[in-house]
Amino acid sequence: MILLIDLCYEKGSLSRYEFVDPIKDCVRRAGSRSEVLHFSEVKDEEIKRCEKVILCGTALKDNVYAKDVESFSWIRECEVPILGMCAGMQVIGSIFGGDIVPQPKIGLEQIEITTETGLLGPSRMIEGYHLHNYGVTLPEGFLIVAGARSGIEAFKHQEKPIYGILFHPEVRNRWIIKRFVQL
Amino acid sequence: MRLGVLFSGGKDSVFACFRAMEDNEVVSLIAIVSENEDSYMFHTPNIRRVDFLAEAIGIPLITWPTKGEEEKELEDLKDAISAAKEKYRIEGIVTGAIESVYQASRVQRICRDLSLWCFNPIWQIDQVSYLKLLISEGFKVIITGVFAYPLDESWVGAEIDEIRVKELEKLQNRYHINPAGEGGELETFVLDGPMFKKRIQIVRASKTYENYRGHFRIEDMRLMEKQEARK
Repeated sequence: MILLIDLCYEKGSLSRYEFVDPIKDCVRRAGSRSEVLHFSEVKDEEIKRCEKVILCGTALKDNVYAKDVESFSWIRECEVPILGMCAGMQVIGSIFGGDIVPQPKIGLEQIEITTETGLLGPSRMIEGYHLHNYGVTLPEGFLIVAGARSGIEAFKHQEKPIYGILFHPEVRNRWIIKRFVQL
Repeated sequence: MRLGVLFSGGKDSVFACFRAMEDNEVVSLIAIVSENEDSYMFHTPNIRRVDFLAEAIGIPLITWPTKGEEEKELEDLKDAISAAKEKYRIEGIVTGAIESVYQASRVQRICRDLSLWCFNPIWQIDQVSYLKLLISEGFKVIITGVFAYPLDESWVGAEIDEIRVKELEKLQNRYHINPAGEGGELETFVLDGPMFKKRIQIVRASKTYENYRGHFRIEDMRLMEKQEARK
């Protein structure tokens, strides 16, 4: 079971149709089962019984998750693979010591994959859909997978299978979610 | 949250409105009336009949004209949303975008500039599942325009029912048609739905069809009490 964590401003929000349901659909198509929990209700037992965790994105104006980053402190000790998308990447970065910083971008743009990983594959250019006001600085113990230090598009923990991507893979890049499910 | 819905009368904006009404207060429908039938941004067939639909749902409508010139129409859209923000104190906008990054990113930018929330409750939805959901939720949707091979004349004015959804699914597999019409293959108009206070009855309409391009133009319609409809 893959645990999808809803980072939207409240449980059952109108945003969940846009930022959680498409990920759930991608996971189902990749052949796996998922359960959804709002970030405010995640408990250790749910983390222990899942195979992987995906932290979903939020609406552009939604920064509620950033005001309560410590509720994600379980990420530091988590033993299963984690993928954070957009807001989810910001949370991962912040939990490991990075800073959430302004990095506004909306729409399709070219993204340079700079480091080969199991998730994004070899170095090359891809096109990705951005919808964010903020990014995150590189925390200690992580390496940049896509983009540059001044605008990180994706990173990975150097030892653990913890990934963050700032663009939205559910738009035009569903293969990324499929790869994560199959990692 | 007080919300305004970008509204065309087609199934996507009506269903997005339905989703928004579940737990939020939809206080305004915003219709952009484009003079350009091939507008990149706005659904145009029967747009001038949207006032009926707004009355059927029971939510105030703002209509805003645009010449429909690419990019210039975005300024008109921004003006319309600003007017709704001022008049109805909306805090966010709801759209029926499914796949169009072109439309979605432009509305997102306008909302950011106006400091509004932006919601797209059918974004990236599986199109066949969505059509089935429309039917199971009780929406009565008719096809008011077809614009792609191999959609024949029988589609013009037809209601989207389970049989039509199965046919669209087959056409998706064989011809790569977007079953919900996201590629501009078809346009729709909604006559009834679960949040409608009244339903719409078409009194008179006309059809044109040639070379896989057809229009169903609603010339006269009336609002019917829903209790009356059940008799």
